[in-house]
Amino acid sequence: MASQQAGFDRHMAENNFSVVSARKLGLTFETGDGPVHALSDVDLEVKKGDFVSFIGPSGCGKTTFLRVIADLEGATAGEITVNGMTPENARKSRSYGYVFQAPALYPWRTIEKNIALPLEIMNYTAAERKERIERTLDLVNLAGFGKKYPWQLSGGMQQRASIARALAFDADLLLMDEPFGALDEIVRDHLNEQLLKLWARTQKTICFVTHSIPEAVYLSTKIVVMSPRPGRVTDVIESTLPKERPLEIRETPEFLAIAHRVREGLRAGHSYEE
Amino acid sequence: MTILKRSWQSWLALALALAALATLPFLSAEAPFAYNPMRMFSIFVLTIGATLVSLLPLPSVFVAVTLLVCAHFSTSLLIARLAGNEGMASTAFFLALAANWLLAWRCVSILSALKVRSKTVDGLLRLVIPAIFGAWILILWEAATRGFGIPFIILPPPSAIGVRFASSIPTLWADVQQTVFKAVIFGYLVGCAAGFAVAILADRIAFFRRGLLPIANLMSALPIIGVAPIMVMWFGFDWQSKAAVVIVMTFFPMLVNTIAGLSAAGSMERDLMHSYASDYWQTLTKLRLPAAMPFIFNALKINSTLALIGAIVAEFFGTPIVGMGFRISTEIGRMNVDMVWAEIAVAALVGSVFYGVVALGERATTFWHPSNRGG
Repeated sequence: MASQQAGFDRHMAENNFSVVSARKLGLTFETGDGPVHALSDVDLEVKKGDFVSFIGPSGCGKTTFLRVIADLEGATAGEITVNGMTPENARKSRSYGYVFQAPALYPWRTIEKNIALPLEIMNYTAAERKERIERTLDLVNLAGFGKKYPWQLSGGMQQRASIARALAFDADLLLMDEPFGALDEIVRDHLNEQLLKLWARTQKTICFVTHSIPEAVYLSTKIVVMSPRPGRVTDVIESTLPKERPLEIRETPEFLAIAHRVREGLRAGHSYEE
Repeated sequence: MTILKRSWQSWLALALALAALATLPFLSAEAPFAYNPMRMFSIFVLTIGATLVSLLPLPSVFVAVTLLVCAHFSTSLLIARLAGNEGMASTAFFLALAANWLLAWRCVSILSALKVRSKTVDGLLRLVIPAIFGAWILILWEAATRGFGIPFIILPPPSAIGVRFASSIPTLWADVQQTVFKAVIFGYLVGCAAGFAVAILADRIAFFRRGLLPIANLMSALPIIGVAPIMVMWFGFDWQSKAAVVIVMTFFPMLVNTIAGLSAAGSMERDLMHSYASDYWQTLTKLRLPAAMPFIFNALKINSTLALIGAIVAEFFGTPIVGMGFRISTEIGRMNVDMVWAEIAVAALVGSVFYGVVALGERATTFWHPSNRGG
């Protein structure tokens, strides 16, 4: 009976468990020029193991939504749970790693000390810190760069180090806010490929904000198309692409069909303005 | 093309040296001690010889060393004979001096243009170039005061100050101990620590931020001249009252800079700490204080000079019979201007060493800051 229950739990965890669940979520900023509706009526489920991309023009609330999940902003309407808890409790139980638009590495710490930062705060032992630094550096292909200072590395390497930092502790959810936005196309392609491998190896749930259609389609199992004023979800596309995705998949008709649907969704969100 | 180099300093130096030769002697006729012919001959051989070397197409290091040695040896021969002949220098003297000065200038510009790979040589150059500059300030000062016969009370020549300095080392050392090792160091440490602690308190507790900061502002506006006598009344004549003045002076720069520094960390870095559910003290020690270090070191540097000024000025308002400020105020009353200058030299020296130590600490601590990285 007990083993059956455990099996059921595992099954739930693998297929059905909602990591992020938002219902009628709204967020209004009160500004000097009156209220700004950053998010309104957002309904969304992110299942365990999903790779969800949020795409839309600037001002559509994609970053704000990610920040609400992370408890960096508070919702003003509706409900949201993260790992079945309020975002605040989820943050306090350290259930996610956040990768920002910029690496935000501390210049006075070496790369390995930067990766150790969350581990120090969360009271991991020295031995465990060492082991995790090594493992995550390896995961992002930065082995051997641990003793360097961030400003001695290229932008792409810095962003990889910041991903390593988010992976170092045991959070199953990875929130990424346009992590490759500032990098050039070639580095970006390379990092996207690596990110997919990393996702397959770590089995994490990833929420990924981007404004690049090919990036969103290439990476995601689910694409959330958003539009601005007020920030809202206009379409949710389940990707039919296989899990194994070489870069060449971007030339296939299937890929192009999904990209087309995303573009249509983005256009629909805009059309009423013109 | 000519084989001679185009260097206006060298050509002008040659012209000046020849003009000096034409307008000899160096001193007016009434001078008690004349230059002997051997000395005059050496001066001209050195100066004109160095000038010619600098005009020939020779390796620049060789030229620089020749200029360095010859011009300065010639200058020392020229100047040493002035003592006892105050106010008697003639045009020839100043022409020869100007020629040597131009040669030193040429020497410095050659040295500055040198591109060296070795770190030791580079470090040596960093010392030699400012040393030549500093030496020429002293040389011109000496020549002007003795050459024109400027009254001792107005400006004593540096050689007299040097002699006074050397003969009063025990007194000067006692003054340094009293003023620097007791008042300045104690006041500086306590003042900076207090400023830092209050900044943290103000950051942590809104009540302090709202209530205390305006008052601290007021404190910074207190005139030191007014505060010093009060502190003497409160804490007595000894070093404690001077330390109190130093505390009052150093507290505010540290407070303001630390508060500014604590808000220097970027919002993304703070969000990162927030996402780790890091508590106040973890965020403070791991993010905000390291980010504040450039500001804190600014305060430490400002305070290193303020503390010395504060302690010296405070001693004008009553001290036991030792201390740098006490010495300055009493010796000026006794017209011992050379002693006052010796004390000023000590203060400058101590201040520079103090500042240098703090700056070294800054380099070691904020090596990561964009302004220190490349260097």
